[in-house]
Amino acid sequence: MLYIIKTALELGFLYAMVPVALFISYRVLDIADLTTDGCFVLGAAVSVMMAKAGHPILGIPLAMLAGVCAGFVTAFLHTKLKVPSILSGIITNTGLYTINLMVMGWSSNQSLLKQNTIFSMLKNGLKKSNVLIFEKITDWYAVILSAVIVIIFALLILAFLSTRLGLSIRATGDNLDMVRASSINPAFTITVGLCIANAMTALSGAMVGQYQKTVDINSGTGIVVIGLACLIIGETIIGRRPFFKGIIAAIIGSIVYRVIYAVVLYTKVLPVEFLKLITAIVVALAIAFPAIRKWFSFQGKKINHSRGKGGKDNA
Amino acid sequence: MLDLINVSMTFNPGTPNAKQALSDFSVHLDDGDFVTIIGSNGAGKSTMFNAIAGTFFVDSGSIKLGGQDITYLPEHKRSRIIGRMFQDPLKGTAPSMSIEENLALAYLRSGEGFSPFSHISNRDKQEFREKLSLLGMGLEDRMKQPVGLLSGGQRQALTLLMATMVTPKLLLLDEHTAALDPGTADKVIELTKDIVNKNRITCMMITHNMKQALEIGNRTFLMSNGKVVYDVKGEERSKLTVNDLLDKFKAGTGQALDNDRMLLS
Ligand SMILES: Nc1ncnc2c1ncn2[C@@H]1O[C@H](COP(=O)(O)OP(=O)(O)O)[C@@H](O)[C@H]1O
Ligand SMILES: [Mg+2]
Repeated sequence: MLYIIKTALELGFLYAMVPVALFISYRVLDIADLTTDGCFVLGAAVSVMMAKAGHPILGIPLAMLAGVCAGFVTAFLHTKLKVPSILSGIITNTGLYTINLMVMGWSSNQSLLKQNTIFSMLKNGLKKSNVLIFEKITDWYAVILSAVIVIIFALLILAFLSTRLGLSIRATGDNLDMVRASSINPAFTITVGLCIANAMTALSGAMVGQYQKTVDINSGTGIVVIGLACLIIGETIIGRRPFFKGIIAAIIGSIVYRVIYAVVLYTKVLPVEFLKLITAIVVALAIAFPAIRKWFSFQGKKINHSRGKGGKDNA
Repeated sequence: MLDLINVSMTFNPGTPNAKQALSDFSVHLDDGDFVTIIGSNGAGKSTMFNAIAGTFFVDSGSIKLGGQDITYLPEHKRSRIIGRMFQDPLKGTAPSMSIEENLALAYLRSGEGFSPFSHISNRDKQEFREKLSLLGMGLEDRMKQPVGLLSGGQRQALTLLMATMVTPKLLLLDEHTAALDPGTADKVIELTKDIVNKNRITCMMITHNMKQALEIGNRTFLMSNGKVVYDVKGEERSKLTVNDLLDKFKAGTGQALDNDRMLLS
């Protein structure tokens, strides 16, 4: 049981920045950013390759920088070349496949052997610290490190979103006309927003890559839908308003999703391969919820009407 | 102050839907002019505002504001010196953001070189509070609430405040009270007059209320088919009645004023 919780917390925090990124792109900017899958692998690839070269710590900011570049390409396609936002993401994502292979030395898989990662460095540090409570929590090193990183960046993003530039980015997804009327260039705010979102996705990839000591060219498949599922789960639990709850929701949702995942994995109520299908269905239903509710109320109206109870105005 | 010189704009050129919405359009506004604009449906009134505000770039002609040629200035840069309001109260404000945050965004137009990473200061809040209290709607006590919770009239009053908070060189009002109930519309019109007079803003207001068009401001345009067919100010205007205005329209265009929402009284 404890093991399940530990694994869920580990994976929950490691992957949490993906739903946080989607909170920025999908909720704040109102753009479905499909750069996510490839960007996640990009982050993982940069970080694993850097760790392989002996620079695990440097690998994290570099992975984020790579994510910024990926976000910039998508934003450029969308804001300057007027490619629809979904297509912009798909195009970047496709191009990233080759870029990612290139980063991985033209191999579809790269693994770390004895090289240090940020996780192994912390683990060894705790073990050798000779401080009793540090030694006791050694097993939790991955949870601790990923949670600290996630919380720091979540706080930074929250602080950023209430700055003037942050407000402009939020207004961009809320009312584009008003943004232009406030002398803000929406192309600029969308670009900054997508760069930050993709930096967060890459950060998540970077942590996962070093934690698992491996990166696979296909390890990002479906990440965007899982991230959306986490965001939606979190929002259902803790709500969406005021807006800053969204970031907390993303993190909580990520953990809850991994708890569900771990339970399925260990109890074997279902083959774990089913999870992606179930995730896809949950996301589709959650996003379709307003339309489904409308359809049901319309059917109700029709039934009432044919019973002659609906009143003339329902005709 | 404002000059439109031989401005033309055709939508969907070269297609069966081609529509010349502005044809060789020229007007000159003096500093402090408050022009009311009346015209039939599709006369090109909103299109003229769009041309001035930079929603699109015009096909030909030039636009100058306060001595600056703004013909090819992008919309978001023009908005620094042009305030604008639409009929739809939803257009001017960001609904999920608070009143305070909306005002902070409007304040960016002052171009005071704010650091993009600065937060709303207590001094800003104090200033927002004072300005909001001038609206007399109690909004100063609701600054943390999302704008989406406000009524249409409150949102429109807030938009007016936002459009004029940094005094613009030109204020464009496109039937900004048309979607409000009569009582609220009067209130917003009174606020508009107050703010425009106090800050001596050069202003153009499209209205479908003919009486209002003659009562407010110092000058009136009648528009039809992408042109101003009658431009009146001073003594001649002060003597005009609504019926005179209808006659002028007929004389200028050869047809009766056709606007389904026009209020004659
Ligand atoms: N973006 C556009 N695309 C195509 N036609 C337009 C566009 N904007 C306005 N028009 C056309 O230009 C004419 C003038 O419209 P408008 O300026 O909105 O009239 P109004 O005087 O009622 O405000 C109308 O025939 C309208 O259909
Ligand atoms: Mg119009």
